[in-house]
Amino acid sequence: MMGLFLEEIGLSNRISLGSHKFTISDMKRYALQFDPVGFHVDEDAGRASIYGAMTAAGLHVACGWMACFVDSNAKARHRLAAAGKALLEIGPSPGFKDMRWLKPVLAGDRISYFTTPMAKRPLGSRPGWGLLTSYNEGVNQHGELVFTFEGAVLTALRLN
Amino acid sequence: VPALAFTDLHEGQTFVLGPYEVTREALLSFAREFDPQPFHLEEDAAKVSVLGGLSTSGWHTASIMMRMIADVFFLKVDAMGSAGIEEMRWLKPVHVGDVLSGTLRLTEVRQSQSRPELGIVTFTADAVDVIGEAKAFLRSMVFVRLPA
Repeated sequence: MMGLFLEEIGLSNRISLGSHKFTISDMKRYALQFDPVGFHVDEDAGRASIYGAMTAAGLHVACGWMACFVDSNAKARHRLAAAGKALLEIGPSPGFKDMRWLKPVLAGDRISYFTTPMAKRPLGSRPGWGLLTSYNEGVNQHGELVFTFEGAVLTALRLN
Repeated sequence: VPALAFTDLHEGQTFVLGPYEVTREALLSFAREFDPQPFHLEEDAAKVSVLGGLSTSGWHTASIMMRMIADVFFLKVDAMGSAGIEEMRWLKPVHVGDVLSGTLRLTEVRQSQSRPELGIVTFTADAVDVIGEAKAFLRSMVFVRLPA
C-alpha cells in the first residue's frame, strides 16, 4: 500500500485518500448497469422510497473509495519512484468484510474517503508477502460517516 | 404489486444467477473509471502479474454479482436497499470472456422489529465460471418493503 513494504506501514494512522463527487448522471449510469432498482435510477422512485430521494447504489459508493485509493497509491508510488525507490509489485485483495452503508449518498454529495492500516502479518502460504488489513471510511460533506468496511490486501515484504 | 410476495420467501430458497458474460469493453471501461491499475488495463502487465491475464477489478466482479442478484431478486420484490455486505471473497481472477453464473440462497427471512413495515432478507451468493470454478462469494442482506 502507498508504495510501502509491509514492514514500513504504520498502524493506526488514518490516511486521507481524497474525495469523489456523486453526480446524478454518474449515479444513474452505475445503477442502470449494476443495481437498477427504482430508487437508484429514477428521482420519482427515489422520492417514493423509504429514503425520500434517489440514492447512490451501495457498491457505487464502494467503487468511489477504490478510485480514490488507486489514485492515492499511484501518486505515492510516483513520489517514491522519483526519490529513487524501487517500485513494489501491488498485491491482490482476498476480499473485504463488514461493509456498512450507514447513510444514503444523495445526488451532489461529495464523499471523502480514508484508510487506516489496522493489522499486518506475514503469510506462511505465500513467501515474500504479508496481509494488511485496514479500516476504511467514507464521510459526506456534512461530516457524517456514511460508509465503512474492513479491507485486506496482499503486501510485499522487504527483501533483506 | 411485486412479482414475488414477501410471504412467498423462505429460508433455504434458491435462485439461479446469470449467465453474465464479461466483455473486454466492459472490463476496461469499469477499470478506467474505478480501478485503473495496470493488471486491469494492460494485457502485458496483466500476463506477468499474479492474476495471469487481463482480469476484472474485484469491485467489478462484486458489481456484476449485485446485477445478477437484482435481475432475479431485487427487481422481483419491493427491495429497499441494504445495510451492507458482511463478507466478500474474491477467490479467483475473472478474465475477459468468462461467463459467470451462480446461486443466490436466502439464509434468513424475517420482519424487522424496529421497522415493522420492512422485511429483512439475508442471503449468500456465489459466482462460478462455465467449468464450475468458484470465482467469488458474498454474504449480504436486503430490506424489503411489506404491503401496508
